[in-house]
Amino acid sequence: MSMRTPLKTVRHLGSAKEGTDHFWKQRVTAVANIVLVTGLVWLVVSLVGADHATVKAAISNPLVALGLLMLVLSGIIHMRLGMQVIIEDYIHGEGSKIVLLMLNTFFTIVVGFACVFAVLKLSFGA
Amino acid sequence: MAQADSGQSVQERPLSPHIQIYSNQINMLMSIVHRITGGALYFGTLLLAWWLIAAATGPSYFDFVSGLFGSILGKIILFGYTWALMHHMLGGVRHLIWDTGRGFGLGTVRLFGWLSLFCSIILTAAIWFVATNA
Repeated sequence: MSMRTPLKTVRHLGSAKEGTDHFWKQRVTAVANIVLVTGLVWLVVSLVGADHATVKAAISNPLVALGLLMLVLSGIIHMRLGMQVIIEDYIHGEGSKIVLLMLNTFFTIVVGFACVFAVLKLSFGA
Repeated sequence: MAQADSGQSVQERPLSPHIQIYSNQINMLMSIVHRITGGALYFGTLLLAWWLIAAATGPSYFDFVSGLFGSILGKIILFGYTWALMHHMLGGVRHLIWDTGRGFGLGTVRLFGWLSLFCSIILTAAIWFVATNA
């Protein structure tokens, strides 16, 4: 007789208790990135060879700034999940794996916050 | 289970075949490239961060960074960045289609592979054509 309750089946969270969280976030951010990256490419192409004042004016446009901020958020979540899989696939030492997974989080947060700070400074700064 | 415990557990077990066993196929190659472009884009975001920080820093530093991006080496790196971005995006779309349970036929899988390669090159060329001729 099984001692398991039907609740386990209902929750579908598996042994890591995360369920399809990783998979789902990767997909949601992937879809968001299609739109946001297309916007970034358009922005960068329109600013080729532009001087500082033009670039500053373009990025401080509220719609552009919002798009960039959302791209950074969606992008770093996607990046972090993707690199996490690469690390888990190839790094088998428990210690180095944990260190690299931490560095992965730190890297994405540092890059993300640097981008956000720059966009906000361009938007609100003098 | 009882047999495995009686000294046979040290016997070499067959391993599942890894990539070097298979002949090259387009879907396999595109899968590997998808991971490589993902890794490249991961570090490529440093370029985006650098560009934004340069713009936020001021005109003289922005001109300096803008000049680096506009140099031959800068253009080569940005061209590669563009292609990696397009290829990873199209590869991702392929995965999103597969997520719906569609497109697993052998012919479709091969077609997706070639399409993602072909379209990524076309898109990259189109972006650079517009960027350099606008």
